Amino acid sequence: MPIKVLMFGWELPPFNSGGLGTACFGLTQALAEQNVDITFVLPQKVNVKADFMRLVFADIKGFTWPDFSPYDTLKYLPGNIPPEMAHDLISAVDLYARRAAEIARKYNYDIIHSHDWLCFPAGVVAKTVSDRPLVTHVHATEYDRGGGNGINPVVYAVEKYGLERSDAIIAVSQFTKNLLSKYYVSDSGKVNVVHNGINPSEFQADIDEENPLNTLKQAGYKIVLFLGRLTLQKGPDYFLKAAKAALEYYPKAVFLIVGSGDMEHQMVNMTIDLGISDKVLFAGFLRGQMLQQAFKSADLFVMPSVSEPFGITALESVANGTPAIISKQSGVSETLGHVLKADFWDVDEMANQIVSVLNYPSLHHALSENGKKEVKKVSWQAAASKTIGVYRKILNK
Amino acid sequence: MSAVCLYFQVHQPYRIKKYRVFDVGHDHDYFASPDGSRLSNKDILQKVARKSYLPANRTFLDLLKKYPRFKISFSLSGTVLDQLEAYSPETLASFQELVSTGRAEVLSETYYHSLSFIFSRPEFIRQVKLHTQRIKSLFHVVPRVFRNTELIYRNDLATEVEKLGHIGILAEGADQVLQWRSPNFLYHPVGTQKLKLLLKNYRLSDDVAFRFSNPDWSEHPLTATKFAQWVSAVNGSGDIVNLFMDYETFGEHQWEDTGIFAFLQHLPGEIMKHPDNYFVTPSEAVKKLPAVAELDFPNFVSWADVERDISAWLGNSMQDDAAAKIYSIEAAILKTKDSQLISDWRRLQTSDHFYYMCTKWFSDGDVHKYFNPYDTPYEAFIAYMNVFQDLKMRLESRVKSKTKPKIQTEFQAKPNE
Repeated sequence: MPIKVLMFGWELPPFNSGGLGTACFGLTQALAEQNVDITFVLPQKVNVKADFMRLVFADIKGFTWPDFSPYDTLKYLPGNIPPEMAHDLISAVDLYARRAAEIARKYNYDIIHSHDWLCFPAGVVAKTVSDRPLVTHVHATEYDRGGGNGINPVVYAVEKYGLERSDAIIAVSQFTKNLLSKYYVSDSGKVNVVHNGINPSEFQADIDEENPLNTLKQAGYKIVLFLGRLTLQKGPDYFLKAAKAALEYYPKAVFLIVGSGDMEHQMVNMTIDLGISDKVLFAGFLRGQMLQQAFKSADLFVMPSVSEPFGITALESVANGTPAIISKQSGVSETLGHVLKADFWDVDEMANQIVSVLNYPSLHHALSENGKKEVKKVSWQAAASKTIGVYRKILNK
Repeated sequence: MSAVCLYFQVHQPYRIKKYRVFDVGHDHDYFASPDGSRLSNKDILQKVARKSYLPANRTFLDLLKKYPRFKISFSLSGTVLDQLEAYSPETLASFQELVSTGRAEVLSETYYHSLSFIFSRPEFIRQVKLHTQRIKSLFHVVPRVFRNTELIYRNDLATEVEKLGHIGILAEGADQVLQWRSPNFLYHPVGTQKLKLLLKNYRLSDDVAFRFSNPDWSEHPLTATKFAQWVSAVNGSGDIVNLFMDYETFGEHQWEDTGIFAFLQHLPGEIMKHPDNYFVTPSEAVKKLPAVAELDFPNFVSWADVERDISAWLGNSMQDDAAAKIYSIEAAILKTKDSQLISDWRRLQTSDHFYYMCTKWFSDGDVHKYFNPYDTPYEAFIAYMNVFQDLKMRLESRVKSKTKPKIQTEFQAKPNE
C-alpha cells in the first residue's frame, strides 16, 4: 500500500529564491519514484512542472511572489516593515494555515509533512482537522537565517509552535539537529536527520553553449566561485577577505560571485576597499544552463557559510567535478570527505586552501575525481528512503 | 623442528606541522609543531615511549634474562633514533640494553624509512650506509639482515641488498607471490647468489598485531597457550614461523588493558613448552636453515593493507606528484653540501608523508584515518607541498649565492613587505 502524504511547501523551482524549493522538488521527485503518493500544496498558483505529484494551490491573495522569500525574516521585525507591507509575511502564513483546513478536508492521506516554519501552522491545522500525524521538516532555523545577528521572535515562536506539535521532526543535518536540541526541542529522539542530496544523473551532460567565461580561462585565469544569497548567513564578506589574501599568492585568479541579496552593495564597496575590484566579478542570480556553466568553468568553489543547515550548492559543485572548500559550520560537511573544510572565520586557512588548489593540479585532480564518485551516494533517493523510514515509524505507533 | 623468529619495526617519522602558503619563504622549521598539538613529534614520541616502547622493552628484557634461549630482533629507523635521542633518551638506553644482551638483533634499513629504492638507487644506497653507521655507533653491532621500508620488496631490491653485503632480507609472505607455497621456509631470491629471504607469516602475525583485542574475533580472547599451539602446529610442515610486527602493537595499537603485555610475558615459555620449538634471530635463521626454493617477486609487495602492494603510498595523483617533486631536486640539493638542507630534504622522503596522502578508503573511515594526524589526505598534501616550495626557495637562494641559478620557480612568492 503506497503511503499517501499531504505536503505543505512554500516554493518550487523555477519560482524559488533559494534552496528550500530545490530541496522540496528533489525530495518529492525521489519519494514519488519510491511509490509515495504526494499532494503538494503551494500558497499561490505558479506555473511549475511536477507531474509526479498532485499540485494544489491555496490561492492566498495579498502578495505576489517573490516579495515573500522564506529567508528575509529579519526584515519583518516591527520597525523594519514598510507601511504598505505591514505584517504581510506573517499574515500570509496565517492565511495559509486557515486555507489548510479546507484543503485538509478535501484530500485523502496518511501523513502531513510541512516544510519549514512558513508551513508549520498550515500543518498543525491540517493535523487538527484530519487527526493524521504531522512531520515537520526543518530546512533552516531562525538562528541560521539570523547569521549570528539575532532572531525574529515572532518567527521563532511559530517554529517552536510547529515543532512542539509534531509527531516527528526531520532535520537536514546533524548541525541542524544540534541547533534544534539547543533552542527548540527537549526530546532530541523526536528529531531524525535526513541529509539533503542531489540527482547525480543531472550532472553528466556536457554543456553545448559557448561558455562566456572561456575568454578569461584562455587568458590563463583561474576562477574561484561563490554561489549563494548575498546575505550574512552565507559569509560573502569572508569570501572577499579570503580572496584578498589568496590573490597575494596567486594573482592570476578571478573571484566570481553568483547570487543576489541584501549585502550586494556592501560587497561591491568591499571589493573597492580591499583593492581587488578588478579581480571580482558579480554575475547576479543564475539558474539552469548558465548556473551549470558557472560550476563547470570554475576551478574551485567556496562556501564560507556562517551557519548553513545543509548547503546543496556544495554537492552541485562536487558533482560537476569542481573541488569545494566548505565551511565546517554547515550540514553538507557531514556528508562529504573529499572536500576541503575550514571554519568560516578562518580566512587564512581558506586562502591557504584556495592557493593550494590553484597551484597544484594534482590536488585539484584528486579532489575532483574522488568527489564526483563520493557525491553519488548523497542522493535524493537515499533521502527519500530515510524519509519513508520516518513515515513508517510514526504510522506504526 | 620449528624455529620462531620475532621481528619488530620501530619507527616514527618527522611529521610536518600545519604549514600554510603564508609560511613559505619565512618558516623553515617544518617539523616543529607546537607542544600539545596533534602533529607534535615530541608529544607523540613521548606518548608512544610511555605506552609502548618502555613497557615492551622492560617485558622483553625480563624475558631475555629469564629465558637464555629466547631471541628477538628489531629494526629501528634513523628518524626514530634521532627522536629518541632528543625526546626520550631513557628509552634509547633501554633499547641499547636489550641489544647488549646479544640476543636482540638489529636489522638494516634506509635511515629515513624512505621510498628511495623506488625513485633513486644511489640515494637508497647512501641512506642504507648512513643507517648502518648510526647503528654501529649507537649499538656497537653491524646489521647483516635487511628489511626495506614497510617491507616493500621486489627482485631487484634483493640483488642490490646482497651487493651491499647483507646475508638475509625480510619480506611479506604475500599470497600473490607465494600462491601454493608456505611462508614457513626460507627462500632464495631470484637473481641473488647466497642471500636468503625470510617471509612474514601474516596470518599468525596479524592475529597478534590486529585481531588480538577484537571481541568479534572467533578466537578472542587469545591466550599465550593457544597461540603457542598454533605456532607449534607448523612443526613438520615448515622450518620457521616468522612473526613480524610493528612494535607499537604492544601498548599503542593493543592497549595495556587488552592484556597484551601479559600475553607477551607468557609467550616464550608457552612456545618452548613444545620441545621442538626454538627461537632464532634472523641472522641465525639465515645461517642455520636452507633456502628451499627460488622465489620470484616481479612486482612490488609490501605489508600494507589488504592489497599488500605499494598503493598505500603511491598511485593517486597527489602522492605521485609529491614523490616526483621531492626526488627531482636530489642532485641540486646534495651539491649544496648544506647539512640542514639535506637533512630536511631527507626527512621529507619518509614513507609516512605519502601514506597520509592516501585517498584509497578515506570515506569509509579506515585504518588510514586512524594513523593520519591530519584531518584529510588533502591537508597532508597541502602541508607537504607548501614545505617543498619553501625548501626549493632555500635551495635556489643557496645556489644563487654561489653561482648563476638555472632552476625554475613555478611558485609566486609573496612580495617583500
